[in-house]
Amino acid sequence: MDAIKFVEQEFTQEKNFPAFRAGDTVNVHYKIREGNKERIQQYQGIVLQRRNAGLNETITVRKISNGIGVERIFPLYSLNIDKIELVGRGKVRRARLFYLRAAKGKKAKVKERRG
Amino acid sequence: MSGLIGKKLGMTSIFDANGKQIPCTVIEVGPCVVTQVKTSDKDGYSAVQLAYGEAKEKNSPAPLKGIVAKANTTPKSKFAEFKGFEQELALGQTITVDLFAVGEFVDVVGTSKGKGFQGVVKRHGFSGVGMQTHGQHNRLRAPGSIGASSDPSRVFKGMRMAGRTGGVRVKKTNLEILKVYAEKNLLVVKGSVPGHKGSIVLIEK
Repeated sequence: MDAIKFVEQEFTQEKNFPAFRAGDTVNVHYKIREGNKERIQQYQGIVLQRRNAGLNETITVRKISNGIGVERIFPLYSLNIDKIELVGRGKVRRARLFYLRAAKGKKAKVKERRG
Repeated sequence: MSGLIGKKLGMTSIFDANGKQIPCTVIEVGPCVVTQVKTSDKDGYSAVQLAYGEAKEKNSPAPLKGIVAKANTTPKSKFAEFKGFEQELALGQTITVDLFAVGEFVDVVGTSKGKGFQGVVKRHGFSGVGMQTHGQHNRLRAPGSIGASSDPSRVFKGMRMAGRTGGVRVKKTNLEILKVYAEKNLLVVKGSVPGHKGSIVLIEK
């Protein structure tokens, strides 16, 4: 197992992400390549979960786009992630917020966390 | 085929230069000791016997103890023969993962995971009976007909049926080497290799 961690470490590129957790609102700057052109797409939403550890960690980000819920999964150490901005912190009582998918009205809100 | 003996450590995934996520397997390879050099004069064919992995002396049978004593090394747990090394190898010489270079393609031989008694759909890739409705209720994964009736009045030998699956020697060919860590005896290859974590594999070049 140690050897696998060693290999992952060797391939991990240093990323300066802010500390965030499930319930926080983040803005992911994702590089998109179209032909030879490269542009950056922003995707802002609530983090539903952080999954796996090390090089294979992923985050699931949910947002409501034109009234339709959209979820995207980003590999955290993907080279296509330019940066991640922490927009707001949320007060939640669990690490995986799948209840948000079915929640409506006030239950679908995440309260702001202070301090 | 020259090659080395190793141990499958597990899988992970890495990102390549284009940002693509690639599944890969980490294998501990060698160091292997040359325990016998077979020549066509003496043995009728030329090959090199390599040994890998430490074994307790009390668990080594006497013939193997004699072999390792001749090579002036400690008792080993796994022995295998390889052919076609480029350089001349002497008894007792150690070969490390340096044999492989990044970008080369290797074959990996191992014993696949045992899957127990399995039906024909999993074991031989049969497609089952085809329909789930129209009166089918309990033979979705059945093999179908296994032969004709009164002529020949028997089932032909080798008919593919259910049975013990997995646990056999499997060779996975043309795996690209992504990285070699000589100081830690590690090899990272693209894709999966047969067997459980910790199982012995042969890496052939």
